[in-house]
Amino acid sequence: MNAQQKLRAPSRWRAWEIALWVLIWATPVVFAQHAALVNEIAILALFALSLDLILGYAGIVSLGHAAFFGVGAYGASLFAKHVMPDPLVGLVVGTVLGAVLGVLTSPMIVRGTDLTRLMVTMGIALVLLELANKFDNITGGADGLQGVVMGPVVVPFIGRFDFDLGARVASFYSLGVLFVAFLLLRRIVHSPLGISLQALRDNRLRVSAIGLSVQGRLAAVYTLGAALAGAAGALLAQTTGFASLDAFEFHRSADVMLALVIGGAGWLWGGLIGAIAFKVMHDLLSAFTPQYWTFWIGLFLVVLMLVGREKLFRPWTWWRRGSK
Amino acid sequence: MLTLLFDGIAYGMLLFVLSLGLAVTMGLMNFINLAHGAFAMAGGYVLVVLMQQAGWPFLACLPAAFIVTAAAGALFERTLYRPMYGKPHLDQVLFSIGLTFMAVAAVDYVIGSQQQNVQLPDVFRHRFEFGTGAWQLGMGAYRLFIVVVCIGLALLLQALLSRTRFGSRLRAAVDDPRVAAGLGIPVNRVFLVTFAVGSGLAGLGGALGADILGLDPSFPLKFMVYFLIVCAVGGTSSITGPLVAALVLGIADVMGKYYAPKLGAFIVYVLMIAILLWRPQGLFTREGGR
Repeated sequence: MNAQQKLRAPSRWRAWEIALWVLIWATPVVFAQHAALVNEIAILALFALSLDLILGYAGIVSLGHAAFFGVGAYGASLFAKHVMPDPLVGLVVGTVLGAVLGVLTSPMIVRGTDLTRLMVTMGIALVLLELANKFDNITGGADGLQGVVMGPVVVPFIGRFDFDLGARVASFYSLGVLFVAFLLLRRIVHSPLGISLQALRDNRLRVSAIGLSVQGRLAAVYTLGAALAGAAGALLAQTTGFASLDAFEFHRSADVMLALVIGGAGWLWGGLIGAIAFKVMHDLLSAFTPQYWTFWIGLFLVVLMLVGREKLFRPWTWWRRGSK
Repeated sequence: MLTLLFDGIAYGMLLFVLSLGLAVTMGLMNFINLAHGAFAMAGGYVLVVLMQQAGWPFLACLPAAFIVTAAAGALFERTLYRPMYGKPHLDQVLFSIGLTFMAVAAVDYVIGSQQQNVQLPDVFRHRFEFGTGAWQLGMGAYRLFIVVVCIGLALLLQALLSRTRFGSRLRAAVDDPRVAAGLGIPVNRVFLVTFAVGSGLAGLGGALGADILGLDPSFPLKFMVYFLIVCAVGGTSSITGPLVAALVLGIADVMGKYYAPKLGAFIVYVLMIAILLWRPQGLFTREGGR
């Protein structure tokens, strides 16, 4: 294998990747009665994917990713309520709003230390939460924005699909968006931009020394991540017909971070696998102990961080000495 | 007006005591401990349980809260925190959020999710009034007590840090742990003691603030943001930084809630973002420190 082939190898589609996607597309058909859960997982996966881009690939820590999610959710549902109910146009609106907010806030995250970034991102989400709470004549305040009626999803040459109560159309719709985003990101992270981002995550000084603009790249990737998070928010608002302050809450930023960490940051499947694992775990635990499921999530996190992901998910290495 | 200012100062002083331990851990070992609020909550619950179940007097419960949480802090530092020091910040954040989740759920399970009330002694129910009109100053005896205790603590800590051998060891370890260890300073032990004292202070703050801040199992999550703001804005290399930041935050919060109740915490967050954009390292940073 020569150098060129070696460099290109990660960008090739593997058989297991294609197989996984076939499985993912089959889930709404096989588990038709759990379509709502599939829909939620798809949305969380898209959200986690957007965080993976900025955290796993560019190394920007963020505890306020919900800011973009919320903006997308409110943008899409307000658009559906006051302008037109077409979901695809609404999705574009949510995505663009997320991107605009990303552009506006990106100068704030390129400076300072990790702690500063954590605080600034968290602060932005909290400011937006307070604003959404204050302008309750637009957003509905603590009651949430109700009475959003979505039109059918119109796919050219195929047909019109109305959202149904069983969330089947919703789950296919969200999976479709997730799939498109995955393809797009897969393309981006293996492009020169994506590779420079990973270099930048590992050593900023060297990247700037070889003449690449660190700030420009960070701002670009942050905006892209924000746009995808906006799309995820728009999907949630459209498929549930509801947007609430919950979209901006801190726990949403924390949840998506958790999902990503469970799946592993720094590869695209991390977001997807993490979202599936997190939602399934959440569902099982809250069926088991509705009130105290956070305890087990917390315990899992503590153990995961103490032991390390590499080791925890490979039980056969637990008793081997000296191996990492 | 003056009354509000006074309430703000009392609130800020509480925040100072609550977040001081966090500032020290962050400055010393570069560790972002989001579970700090859990120690504060533990202090509050020690107070409540001792007063209600064991019938201890209020003033005796305060040192007890300090001691119990300091012991818990030492235990956790030794067993759980120490392996996390070398890890990346993100791992530390997630680890301590996990601890917080566990603490919240555990307290909910053991004691229940209702808000806890603290029966203050009658001495503290008194209220002093000075002046009239817009410049009237009303001081609740309890808030006055908090201010006095917190000023005392701040002076004591300042003296401890600048006058004693332990203080100079701590400062040396903050500036450069490797060189400090090379000089024979037991950095690990210094940090164990510091962590315990910081947790104990958080517990004391939680006990003191149980009446003003309210106490229920979601306490660590509710106030985590405030502690972090104090540390991020004040910088973590001195006592003065967090003190000033806590006072500003307390006053801004109380005034904001009074004059613009609908804006709520909005002012505080915007202020924080503005300060952090202006000085990303915090307001007070020292040359030479990291």
